[in-house]
Amino acid sequence: MNKPVPPAELMTDEDGPLYAPRKKVYPQSVSGRFRSIKWRLMAVCLGVYYLLPFVRWHRGLGAPDQAVLIDFPNRRFYFFFIELWPQEIYYFTGLLVLAAFALFLMNALGGRIWCGYLCPQTVWTDLFYAVERLVEGDRRAQMKADAGPMTVNRAGRRALKHAIWLMIAWWTGGAWVLYFADAPTLVRDLATFQAPAIAYVWIAMLTASTYLLAGYVREQVCVYMCPWPRIQAALTDEWALNVTYKYDRGEPRCSVKKAFDIRSLGEKAGDCIDCNQCVAVCPTGIDIRDGAQLGCIQCGLCIDACDAVMTKVSRKAGLIGYDNDINVQRRVAGKQEIFKPVRARTVVYASLITVVCAVMLYALMSRTLLDVNVLHDRNPIAVRLSDGAIRNGYTLRFLNKRGFDRVIAIDVDGPAEAKLHVIGSDSVTPDRPMIVLARDTTTELRVLVTTPFDEKAEKSVPVTFRVTDIGLGEVASATDHFVLP
Amino acid sequence: MSEHNEIDRVSGRSTTGHDWDGIKELNTPLPRWWVLTFYATIVWAIGYWVVYPAWPLVSGYTTGLFQYSTRASVATDLADLEKLRGEKMAVLGNASLADIEKDPALLALARARGKTVFADNCAPCHGSGGAGAKGYPNLNDDDWLWGGSLDQIMQTIQFGARSGHAKTHEGQMLAFGRDGVLKKDEIVTVANYVRSLSGLSTAPKFDAAAGKKLFTENCTSCHGDNGKGNPELGAPNLTDQIWLYGSDEGALVETITNGRAGVMPAWVGRLDPVTVKALAVYVHSLGGGK
Ligand code: SF4
Ligand code: SF4
Repeated sequence: MNKPVPPAELMTDEDGPLYAPRKKVYPQSVSGRFRSIKWRLMAVCLGVYYLLPFVRWHRGLGAPDQAVLIDFPNRRFYFFFIELWPQEIYYFTGLLVLAAFALFLMNALGGRIWCGYLCPQTVWTDLFYAVERLVEGDRRAQMKADAGPMTVNRAGRRALKHAIWLMIAWWTGGAWVLYFADAPTLVRDLATFQAPAIAYVWIAMLTASTYLLAGYVREQVCVYMCPWPRIQAALTDEWALNVTYKYDRGEPRCSVKKAFDIRSLGEKAGDCIDCNQCVAVCPTGIDIRDGAQLGCIQCGLCIDACDAVMTKVSRKAGLIGYDNDINVQRRVAGKQEIFKPVRARTVVYASLITVVCAVMLYALMSRTLLDVNVLHDRNPIAVRLSDGAIRNGYTLRFLNKRGFDRVIAIDVDGPAEAKLHVIGSDSVTPDRPMIVLARDTTTELRVLVTTPFDEKAEKSVPVTFRVTDIGLGEVASATDHFVLP
Repeated sequence: MSEHNEIDRVSGRSTTGHDWDGIKELNTPLPRWWVLTFYATIVWAIGYWVVYPAWPLVSGYTTGLFQYSTRASVATDLADLEKLRGEKMAVLGNASLADIEKDPALLALARARGKTVFADNCAPCHGSGGAGAKGYPNLNDDDWLWGGSLDQIMQTIQFGARSGHAKTHEGQMLAFGRDGVLKKDEIVTVANYVRSLSGLSTAPKFDAAAGKKLFTENCTSCHGDNGKGNPELGAPNLTDQIWLYGSDEGALVETITNGRAGVMPAWVGRLDPVTVKALAVYVHSLGGGK
């Protein structure tokens, strides 16, 4: 065989597997404006998550008094003054739509600020890093220790770190299950091993996933696993504020002393002193000076690091900052910086959010607390009785969303001379059956509608079941068809 | 092996040395985690063979280490389910049929239980919704051969009709033609008379008086003087609009000539008493009850 000789630069013996082994990131601690914003947001997020299940909300006798509760056995969802039934699952669709638009809006204004400040992955990873630094020391100490041999001291510290991590993870999983049952009771049951097995299973799963994701996988979730960076990259535009290294100001990089020399010659020296602080603090281990990139979660820590350096060398802060390419170009061209938070894109997102909110609020306010659904018998669709009359069978399902029992009357409209019979209820008012709906439940009844035989009657006419609350006058109705055989 | 070192010019990667019509295959190894996962599944599979019943043998199978059996675990699951239901079913068992229908919760429970049992056992003949078919009564209408009260329905489900059970419903439609009791033209006359009882049209040359005479002599002992039937004997009402085997002249002639004796099996031994009760309530609630 005639072998082509590859050019020298293409010669390679290392066609390794198609995956890049992970390089461990040792982000250095930093303090500053964005760091303290992050601390505060972390406190708020974790506080809400851990404490919300214990907030009480009075709903009346017999109803759960937990402000936020997902009650699977009884199929109810409670959120402060809102109580949702499974039929109203579309509210969650609304919430998801809202969440999506909120993300879009955030993205149009400030890029991936969700990622940098609010995402659970970021919050917990940040917390785990803090624990790690507290126990094993900062970046330098950790790197040195990892390069050196294992000592008793080091092993002890490592064990302590994992113990604390596991405790946080376990507490995280524990808080999760509290949203699904009365929190104080569940805490007691968990402690005395009386809680249902499923609770322990969930705690175990969430402990494991928190520990793994925040302790080990860390920034790789953002870089390899999360779909949001890909989506946001497609949604962003040139106006969005992103963490940006202002290369117009920073380049060429040179030491303070060299810059002094160059400048005294009247030539341009950049402000970046190439100290690599921004790289050292970055939790995803990237160099922001390479430009906008997928790995950047917009946490702003490099801004804090760089600002500290600039202050130290008595230069103006903000070499790295929330900025966009437009402004870099404008500064190069000697123009004024501009920021435009109000643009077509942001206005559209904001108005969509408003509209969805308004629709949901309206739907919530006007939702009915009495409801009826109807299902026609399929087999047989219609029955002929011995005297020739025609009868159709239906299943009616009533929803009483109020916290008290109520008496309802059922009327039927549609087929001529229709008579209604409710199976199992020999009502004292035979022409207008009345039944009791227990509070906060669904009731299913089988009803029969009979009409005398009429040769000229239509094959199928609409039939409407009207339900009236005798006490409150609330009305609900459902329509199906009355069919001839 | 020498080709392994060949380098592709464009991608700069090595090739496997395989060459099809001048097209060469690049050497693209699988990621390590993938390969390790693959090996792990092989190890897992071998472990599985050992631990669980797996290999068919000539007269049996390898039973594994723990004598695990899916059959046994289904049986335990079913037993657990019965235990779980036991309490509620006991309430059903202790209540009277009439009480069950009056209590909405019990009614719903009996209907739910009855519905599944009906689908399993009764639907093959009576249809999934009890609509019936020719020869198999529609359970949704108000015409009942053996009576449509709760107790009567329960009785029929328990012991069936012509089922051979000691307490079953008996009673047959005789074969007047086959047994030579009536002649062909007499049968046609009776058939037309029966049609006239429920207001159906009759043949042009039909002799009503002769029909009435033949009917009185042969049929009233079971169907009654005016043809209204008799649930004691399972004799249908001939004056209403419901016909189990059809109401046209041909169908009636066939019925009178050869007789009818549909069979309903007895469920008493096959279904437990509470289930039969639930079934009776369900069938009654289809709407047919009287
Ligand atoms: S990339 Fe994904 S996981 Fe990472 S911070 Fe952003 S949203 Fe969270
Ligand atoms: S480059 Fe800066 S903003 Fe981006 S992730 Fe790293 S430290 Fe955070």
